[in-house]
Amino acid sequence: MADAKGPAARPLSPHLTIYRPMLTMMMSIAHRITGAALYVGSILLAWWLLAAASGPNAYATFQSAASSSIGRIVLFGYTWALVHHMLGGLRHLIWDTGHGFGAAEREWLARANLAGSVALTIILWIVGGYLMGGLR
Amino acid sequence: MNARLSSMRTPLGRVRGYGSARSGTEHFIQQRLTAIANIPLTIVAVLIVISLIGRNHAAVAQILGSTPVAIVMLLFIISIFYHMRIGMQVVIEDYVHEERAKYALLILNTFIAITAGFSSIYAILRLSFGV
Repeated sequence: MADAKGPAARPLSPHLTIYRPMLTMMMSIAHRITGAALYVGSILLAWWLLAAASGPNAYATFQSAASSSIGRIVLFGYTWALVHHMLGGLRHLIWDTGHGFGAAEREWLARANLAGSVALTIILWIVGGYLMGGLR
Repeated sequence: MNARLSSMRTPLGRVRGYGSARSGTEHFIQQRLTAIANIPLTIVAVLIVISLIGRNHAAVAQILGSTPVAIVMLLFIISIFYHMRIGMQVVIEDYVHEERAKYALLILNTFIAITAGFSSIYAILRLSFGV
């Protein structure tokens, strides 16, 4: 009766392919992706600091890379990832206290996280752009 | 109490390192501790970076090397690079199951975090001490 070949077909817990995409799920994935992106970002931070410590030539090289169009896109992404991951982290810290798990609360927190990260990133870049033109 | 009797785990299971090796709590606490530290440190570091946008090298070097800015940046760097290392460790452990690849990546993760972190610390100290 029993087929001895292969492991028994045990029930598996549902995974990504089973669930309908939901905002809270996407935000969980985004938290991890932005965390990984910040890994690369912090290496850019190390480059910036080393360039500043190395002298005007090294700093000029960093500045020209940072102000190129690709550099700006990368830095804009770095800014958003940083803000998004920080707000996502705040959400996790709220959950650590045992609050914010209700259906309405977690939806609200996810939306606030997303809206907040986009808004704050744009504000930071407007301020940065103003300083770019204003200070020398 | 006899340690062997206090757990349902077999000695082999414990030696293999599956499940709790009694270091998960420490990892969790360090992760949260650096997360909490990262919030004020990142806010201040972002403000410092914004205030340096568009300035020339001499001004950037002087401000980054000044005592309060250097101390905040050093704390920021230590906290984020530690947080980053233990965060990436979890990602690797979650997705890479092949033993050799997993340990190679875990070692690489530590090397990258320490190299980038100490390079940043070196840069700040160099600006601060003006050598």
